[in-house]
Amino acid sequence: MATITSLFGEHAPFGELQAHMRVVNECAGHTPALMRALVDADHETLKEKAKLIFDLEEQADSLKHSCRLHLPRRLFMPVDRRDLLDVLQFQDIIADRAEDIAGIFLQREMPTPEPMREPLVALTKKCVEVVEMTTQVIELFDELLEVGFRGKVVDQVEALVSEINTAEGEADRLERELSRILFSLEGELDLMSVVLWYRILEWIGDLADYAEKVGNSFRLIIAR
Amino acid sequence: MEIIALHGTVFIGLAVVFGLYMCWGIGANDVANAMGTSVGSGAITVRQAVIIAAIFEFAGAFLAGGHVTKTIRKGIIDPSLIVDEPQLLVFGMLAALLAAAIWLMIASRKGWPVSTTHTIVGAVVGFGLVGIGPEAVNWPKIAQIAASWVISPAVGGLIAFLLMISIHRLILEKDKPFEAGKRWGPMYIFLVGFIITLVTSFKGLKHLNLDLTIGMSVLLSIVVGILTAAVGWYLMSKVEIDPVADKEFHFASLERVFAPAMIFTACAMAFAHGSNDVANGIGPMAAVVSIVKNSGDIAQNSELPLWILIVGGVGIIVGLATLGYQVMKTIGKDITALTPTRGFCATLAAASTVVVASRTGLPVSTTHIAVGAVIGVGLARGLGAIDLRVVGTIIVSWLVTLPVGATLAAFFFFTLKGMFSG
Repeated sequence: MATITSLFGEHAPFGELQAHMRVVNECAGHTPALMRALVDADHETLKEKAKLIFDLEEQADSLKHSCRLHLPRRLFMPVDRRDLLDVLQFQDIIADRAEDIAGIFLQREMPTPEPMREPLVALTKKCVEVVEMTTQVIELFDELLEVGFRGKVVDQVEALVSEINTAEGEADRLERELSRILFSLEGELDLMSVVLWYRILEWIGDLADYAEKVGNSFRLIIAR
Repeated sequence: MEIIALHGTVFIGLAVVFGLYMCWGIGANDVANAMGTSVGSGAITVRQAVIIAAIFEFAGAFLAGGHVTKTIRKGIIDPSLIVDEPQLLVFGMLAALLAAAIWLMIASRKGWPVSTTHTIVGAVVGFGLVGIGPEAVNWPKIAQIAASWVISPAVGGLIAFLLMISIHRLILEKDKPFEAGKRWGPMYIFLVGFIITLVTSFKGLKHLNLDLTIGMSVLLSIVVGILTAAVGWYLMSKVEIDPVADKEFHFASLERVFAPAMIFTACAMAFAHGSNDVANGIGPMAAVVSIVKNSGDIAQNSELPLWILIVGGVGIIVGLATLGYQVMKTIGKDITALTPTRGFCATLAAASTVVVASRTGLPVSTTHIAVGAVIGVGLARGLGAIDLRVVGTIIVSWLVTLPVGATLAAFFFFTLKGMFSG
């Protein structure tokens, strides 16, 4: 009679959420190197990095599905199920964007105008930094659970989320800077490239945007 | 009367065999559920759990098992209606034992969360209904027992909730949870020894010719509490901070502080289980033995012979050693959600509730109270996720167990009656 065992369900939903974020972080973590390869016109490395990103995105996807499956309504949890699903959704978009970015560079030859090169690498690095900080916050889920979402760890999370917001602001600033450079170059580039570059800039910015959303939703979970 | 005089030895033999069978089943299945939380939190190994269970189950049955036994053998059926036909009560109690034991075996095979308590109560009521008549069943007592089946898990849950909150406040939210844990830990262990001893000794040891006053009970409980706390303090003081594990998880070292505390709650739980559930096996057995010994005089108010308590305790230990070991191994591997602090709260709450129920003579389900206590920990926002479906299956298992136990008991009753009266 394993009555007590069956009380806990088959999987720990928070463990899976954390595992998902770890994979997302690793996936997004390859984008600065991808960007560096693009800027240096190193096709071999570019392909290699893109492949890594694709694989990790796929892994994140299947983790997302299994995490969702293990969040049935009958599960009684200390946090709102929908908030948890929101966090998961935002986490997953980060990996999706990394995949979008890697995809476009593989599918289309994208010559990078000289003035954009260094700012591009800098922006990507900044965005990935935000993702890393968010991963740290998600890693604190165990601790939060242990203290019943009260006390010192909550302050720690609050501080980390504030830092994330600041870092995301910096990423926004870098993105606007790049847009300005791109705008000034519009005359020299073909139309299609201009349109695509704008989209790519947006995608890179999304990495930080959605990381910030993860952090903020997480803060909401604790606030309740 | 002649039937009892004629077959007396056979009846006692059957009662002991069926009673042992039932106790064996309790030891094989129920104990694993009671001890699962302690094994699952990694505080004790399976081997240690079996040894602890053997000692404390027996102690619980021996020291505090008498009250529930009395309820089962005298509280449910009013024997005054069949003073002239005492053999009916003998058949009935044998039938109830056999019915409960068989149903338990089937349910365990299928993995249904049935309770030994519900089965035996259902079986005794079932034979009373058809064997004697509805008026023979002590309905107010049944209502009281049924109410306790709802209330006791809720009480266990409430105690677990409060304990978990107190651990949050006093230890986990502090700047230095590890030091706070070492400071407060022995206090919590004191509670384990204190509560169990107090409930057991308070006017509860008459069968050992120990009639303690309130003051003596409290004093004894404080002494036992301090002794357990001292042992706990010694074990806890040896735990040191593990910086590597703490990096991964801030409370890793603190949880190691609480691991020794789980040893004490495991003992308490085994004791509580022994005090309540052993009665399911020996209650009917005692009833049969008493009738035969008094040559059919049901009304005679005889004391529970100690050897019957011993038979029950031995049955449980044998069940534990033969099958319970395996069940515990499986359960222990699966419960990883219970860290020592959570497991401590849940087990202490469950054990206290069960012991209190045992003192008042109410047969309750240890498993269901343990489930209630775990949910209490979850309500204190202390657990990641709890599958509420289990509560539903428990309610269904009640609804099924009572009529099935009753029907089986009625069937065996008529079989036995036909065999011996014909």
